[in-house]
Amino acid sequence: MSLDTFRTETRAWLEANCPPGMRVPAKGEADICWGGRNWTFASDDQRIWLERMAERGWTVPTWPKEYGGGGLSKEEGFILKEEMKAMKARSPLDSFGIWMLGPALLKYGSEEQKREHLPKIARGEIRWCQGYSEPGAGSDLASLRTKGVLDGDEYVINGQKVWTSYADKSDWIFALVRTEADAPKHLGISFILIDMDTPGVSTKPIKLISGKSPFCETFFDDVRAPVSNVVGKPGQGWDIAKYLLSHERAGIVSDAVSGGLNPVGAAHLAGEVDEKGRIADPILRGDVARLTIDALAFESTLRRVKDEADKGEGVGAKASILKYVGTELNKRRHELNMSALGSDGLLWEGEKEEDGEAARSWLRSRANSIEGGTSEIQLNIVAKRVLELPGT
Amino acid sequence: MSFVLNEEEQMLRDSARSFLTETAPVTAFRKLRDENNPDGFSRDLWLSMAEMGWTGILVEEDHGGADFGVFAAGLLLQEMGRTLTPSPFLSTAVLAATALRVAGSEAQKAKWLPKIVSGETVIGFAVDERARHNPEHINTTAKKQGNGLVLNGTKRFVANGAAADAVIVVARNEDGAPCLVLVDCNQKGVTRKARRTVDSHLPADFTFEDVTLDGDALLDGADNTEGALKHILDVGRACIAAESLGVAEQAFDVTIDYIKEREQFGVPIASFQGLQHRAAHLLSEIEMARSIVMKALRTLDETPSQAPIWAAAAKAKATAVSRLATSEGIQMFGGVGMTDEYDIGLYYKRAQAAGEFLGDDAWGAGQVANLSGY
Repeated sequence: MSLDTFRTETRAWLEANCPPGMRVPAKGEADICWGGRNWTFASDDQRIWLERMAERGWTVPTWPKEYGGGGLSKEEGFILKEEMKAMKARSPLDSFGIWMLGPALLKYGSEEQKREHLPKIARGEIRWCQGYSEPGAGSDLASLRTKGVLDGDEYVINGQKVWTSYADKSDWIFALVRTEADAPKHLGISFILIDMDTPGVSTKPIKLISGKSPFCETFFDDVRAPVSNVVGKPGQGWDIAKYLLSHERAGIVSDAVSGGLNPVGAAHLAGEVDEKGRIADPILRGDVARLTIDALAFESTLRRVKDEADKGEGVGAKASILKYVGTELNKRRHELNMSALGSDGLLWEGEKEEDGEAARSWLRSRANSIEGGTSEIQLNIVAKRVLELPGT
Repeated sequence: MSFVLNEEEQMLRDSARSFLTETAPVTAFRKLRDENNPDGFSRDLWLSMAEMGWTGILVEEDHGGADFGVFAAGLLLQEMGRTLTPSPFLSTAVLAATALRVAGSEAQKAKWLPKIVSGETVIGFAVDERARHNPEHINTTAKKQGNGLVLNGTKRFVANGAAADAVIVVARNEDGAPCLVLVDCNQKGVTRKARRTVDSHLPADFTFEDVTLDGDALLDGADNTEGALKHILDVGRACIAAESLGVAEQAFDVTIDYIKEREQFGVPIASFQGLQHRAAHLLSEIEMARSIVMKALRTLDETPSQAPIWAAAAKAKATAVSRLATSEGIQMFGGVGMTDEYDIGLYYKRAQAAGEFLGDDAWGAGQVANLSGY
């Protein structure tokens, strides 16, 4: 099928199948569909949209069909995205399974693991969270101490993770566990899949400056996980983690150019526009224009990196550039949202569900340049691996 | 739309790079500057560019050109930015050739395009009348008189103006609508004053005083001259943005080489995190500029109706990034970065001048806001 035909057919299918309620921008967290065993749909439209898209494999359009994906080429996947954007269709399903675990399983997982886990991610049946950071292991992630000791064909896991997003709502966790105590720091880590229902797993939410927070602490007390739940080989966890972090970075950066409130919309909401619809404050207007320019440059860079990857050039450390630029851009967007909203942006709570959302999103965005490796860590990676600057 | 170079484009870039680094390196530019060359560029080099087909890169094959597209023209300018090579390429082979292509009659194309392709004619493109770029501020008039025209007005800092044989002038007709007039510089009533700029280029100011022209001086081949003018300027902006990108890339490369070599406190200064983070930030910015410049150039070739916002945004980004890369370069070079002996200062100066040409980053931001409807 030619790409033009694909575009025409995709548009027609989306027109016919995307429910009206899914064609308006998500107002807040509650409008995002995460799926999982305990998921309650916010509306029938949300459920129908997920079912229809999952049926076609379009929750994960470029994954292979045998694992629940749509089997689309990258170019087709991009067209689907464009067409969804054009009709303002919401994403049918967001999840760490899609953004992070899926790509890692596709690359490192056994055939059995792929068949077991990928279709459930694609259909939104299982919700995943990520167990990486620990209280003593942030930027220096490889110093993590959560320990797995082999007992027969099971690992017995003890330790604590922190910043596990939505751990309290998730069904499974993919975690980095030190399984070889005597191996060098980066070589003794395994990547293990753990059912959160396993006895000994517990979670505790963390309250943030943004008030509500998706983050939790996650505790493992003599948690048993079968050896068959190790992805790749034992001790290969750090390689997988690095690969997956680059996908996490890609996930975080996609925020920067899509979805959510932008300063132009914010200025309209606050009534701070002139009769022509221009942002009334000329200096703010200029700042917003510079943000637009940087967002266009960033969007173009995402396309370029994709094209280069298709041609066989690795993304590699360039993911760090994307993560750094994308997150800093997103923070700027939220700062400008707050400027454009003026005092309206300061609202913390009110009668409507979306009241306070702007301030909370703004506060939440501060974490973008900390999570997934701080901006400073990204700059270190670029300096070391891309520019090959000497260490001190 | 592809963000990678195809084989032909890669060959063009590679051959341009080796030609320019051999024939027109920064030392050649210094020589032109130091001997006060009256053209501001090398005529021999310009003829070599013609021999290689560069002058016809935007000219249709019917008129002897290669018709390779705006993206390819941008690739060449990016390489010229790297070597700081001055030439009439942008004014003549890009702006004038595009103007003739989109607004010239068949007769005008047949008369002028082969002369551009052969390298025998240098044509300037005169738009600005005030200090800052603004194509709306046109007071120059080209009014009908009998079968001909009479031209009055002034133009400032016309690129390659000192060497130009002719200029295409943006003027207003008797109805106040924009029009394009091709004027021979030897015409009676045309006076010019060469202006030496900070980057050692030689633009000129032009005054047109009751210049009487034949009717065929008016480029009237376009259905909509105003739209054609916007397109010509967008092509120019995307192309000068590509040059600015080349300036930024080369300035960055020499800076990184330098900080890896330069030792203080017994270690290379590149080992200090204070410089590492700045260097990594710069690389990130250059990558962003590279992508948006490619996007603008390709859009002009493939879907020109969508090009205005991309050309404005690319121009703004490339301007800002080239100025940042070169000023950070001077800082990282330290004291020697301030000396004339080192090249980094030459890049800094070119970044400033190229950034100003056809609108700087502030101008581009204003355009982006207008075009986005906010």
